[in-house]
Amino acid sequence: MDKQSPILELKHITKRFGNITANEDVSLEVYQGEILALLGENGSGKTTLMNAIAGIYYPEEGQIFVNGKEVSINSPKDAYDLGIGMIHQHFKLIDVLSAAENIVLGLKDKRRYDLKAAGAKIREICDKYGFDVDPNQKIYNMSVSQKQTVEIVKVLFRGADILILDEPTAVLTPQETEKLFNVLRNMKQDGKSIIIITHKLNEVLEISDRVAILRKGRYICDIKTSEADTQQLTDAMVGHAVTLNIERKVPVDPKDKIIVKNLTVRDSDGVEKLKNINFTARTGEILGIAGISGNGQKELLESIAGLQKIETGSILFVNEDGTEEELVGMDPKKITDMGITLSFVPEDRLGMGLVGNMDLADNMMLRSFRHGHGLFTDRKAPYELAEQVVKELEVNTPSIRTAVRKLSGGNVQKVLVGREIAAAPTVLMTAYAVRGLDINSSYIIYDLVNKQKARGVAVIYVGEDLDVLLELCDRILVLCDGQVSGELDGREADKQQVGLMMTRLGGAEHE
Amino acid sequence: MFGFLLSFIPRAVSQGIPLMFGAVGETITEKSGNLNLGTAGIMYVGGICGVIGSFLYETRTGIENMNAFLGILIPLVCCLLGSLIMGLIYCFLTVTLRANQNVTGLAMTTFGVGFGNFFGGSLIKLSGADVPSIALSRTSQFFSAKLPFAKDLGWFGQIFLSYSFLAYTAVAMAIIASVVIFHTKLGLQLRAVGESPSTADAAGINVTRYKYFATCIGAMVSGLGGLYYVMDYASGVWSNDAFGDRGWLAIALVIFTIWRPAHSIWASILFGGLYILHIFIPSGTNLAIKELYQMAPYVVTIIVLIFTSLRNKRENQPPASLGLSYFREDR
Repeated sequence: MDKQSPILELKHITKRFGNITANEDVSLEVYQGEILALLGENGSGKTTLMNAIAGIYYPEEGQIFVNGKEVSINSPKDAYDLGIGMIHQHFKLIDVLSAAENIVLGLKDKRRYDLKAAGAKIREICDKYGFDVDPNQKIYNMSVSQKQTVEIVKVLFRGADILILDEPTAVLTPQETEKLFNVLRNMKQDGKSIIIITHKLNEVLEISDRVAILRKGRYICDIKTSEADTQQLTDAMVGHAVTLNIERKVPVDPKDKIIVKNLTVRDSDGVEKLKNINFTARTGEILGIAGISGNGQKELLESIAGLQKIETGSILFVNEDGTEEELVGMDPKKITDMGITLSFVPEDRLGMGLVGNMDLADNMMLRSFRHGHGLFTDRKAPYELAEQVVKELEVNTPSIRTAVRKLSGGNVQKVLVGREIAAAPTVLMTAYAVRGLDINSSYIIYDLVNKQKARGVAVIYVGEDLDVLLELCDRILVLCDGQVSGELDGREADKQQVGLMMTRLGGAEHE
Repeated sequence: MFGFLLSFIPRAVSQGIPLMFGAVGETITEKSGNLNLGTAGIMYVGGICGVIGSFLYETRTGIENMNAFLGILIPLVCCLLGSLIMGLIYCFLTVTLRANQNVTGLAMTTFGVGFGNFFGGSLIKLSGADVPSIALSRTSQFFSAKLPFAKDLGWFGQIFLSYSFLAYTAVAMAIIASVVIFHTKLGLQLRAVGESPSTADAAGINVTRYKYFATCIGAMVSGLGGLYYVMDYASGVWSNDAFGDRGWLAIALVIFTIWRPAHSIWASILFGGLYILHIFIPSGTNLAIKELYQMAPYVVTIIVLIFTSLRNKRENQPPASLGLSYFREDR
């Protein structure tokens, strides 16, 4: 492969947004028939760099060569014409259109508008690489994995030879990931080049041929996957040695804190989102909740936080002295008034957790705005708290007065987690706390969660990365279709078993 | 009863045609993601530009020497030009400069109504009429020419054939718009732009061009509604503010038809009927309730809104990015 000339070559690419430099002097080569993993922390400029190749952004400096010829990629159309297709992290699909309509969208061939012919060609591509797509299905009826498949087919339909996938596995189950990887291997066999952006090191090692590492917008190095190991990659990515072990201490004197009994919740359409859920969260313990997203995790946490209308069942909070209080029928204000500190880090950070257009200090105040004297709120304490969070959690922000919306995903999450933990909770609930976060930030969050556990907090941790759940949690509750599929000891469970329980009730092999 | 329908339906139709133009134009615009609340103003401008054109032609050549072809062409071109310019201004502000669409649209309406009233007032002064209106009866004759044999066909002719060419143009526009939007590649791409411009952009569609074209074509179609109103419905009589709230009714119609131009054919006639229902209140009833009757189209729209949001069917929702401006490098 070394003697071959690169199919895609970037030379000295620099991209700036205002005074923020996203990429600086990046040079990179991609060869035919290889899978290149692009690795880097949040905000290291991976997505920006790929967007520059896909024609979304135009780099200020540098050159791009495709098959040895210098090209100028001004729009996504230019990229397609050069055989470059990108599958974005947030799918670029139109919900109300069918798969076939989405796939032919924007094609400029002279032929008649003919969805049937397109459907036939889609089936042909599917058969070739082993996809499963119904051309006539509407996107809004599809699962995340199906949508991703449509995206990949869309790119192949346009005859792309270089495919860029931006964190394709972030939303997939282990089984779906395996399926995706098989497809990627088929495409590689077919001579296509694939660039895959991911945070997950085990996946990098599993799928890629070569790893290129970016750090703070700069190109650091590339390593042959066969010669790489997790520690080496992490160190190169972070820039200093990182300890990759998650500590898991044996819980000290666990006591029941939240007891959920026969909880059933329906959504506004009358569909049961949670069916007869029973579990207990204990102090000084991390209870992991595993499941494919959308299987009731959100409703479960919101029920405890007092944000859901509950059909039947009870949620009991156990006080220090052993008395129990019913949380069903309470709203967040009433729960706080009862002297219970629940901290909730919701999945939708900027929707439910923080206000994007407000600055860090004001966001801290969202929890404390009732404090202060008379007419005026106390503005000083939140400011100090914001400063403290920025310092302790290494939040990368221009200032305390910067709107949260302008921060990168990882930093937004740190602000939110920092605020929730500062409230000294007795129960901490987090939903996908590390989603979209790089490895360094993730470990900071795990560490924070562990510290809360050591303080005797009952932690409920909804996660999607099974490896982490298995390393971090004392007990794991698996949800499937709104029901408890099983409860496992975190120290004994294995990944395959949890994966099966996520897809089938009880994890049985057959239906 | 039959006699009542026979007189009611043609009136409802001619009342509905301006709304149909407006609704079809606005639907085309909204499918590109541009919520043009300036439609009311654009219809006003379309009307007054047609009036200016025909006024100049009538006074220059004299009523006797007017040519039927030019008598139609001049106001038509003036109307289309006027509304095109309004569409261009709207696009320049919201697409190129990314101004807020609601604010821009409302400003366009205020501007359009003011523009119409200003030039309307000037023309009335120029014509030296005693009444505060200006009558272009000759041009109106050209515009409201009907099929000659319609009278001989009894009730059929009266209900279906007793209208002028612009009325049939409106129906044709609605059908063409519907076919293009839902059954061609062009329409697919237009819908994509309105649903998710970033997706359309990533698929290689020129979002700016689609927004400009859809909005300008939409504005020209809407403008014809104003022209029809003055030249046919009002028999060539322009008086300030006579057009009333029809522009808003057209926007309500877009929602009522859940963004399907073909439906605006029957829906605008229904709205037209509801709009003039008060004329048919039995004599002797308190005339104060007339306003309540005029409220009917809006009430119906609200009911439709309630039903479509209750059923929450994805196909019946407004274009997902309606009212939002698009910038590719937005983070």
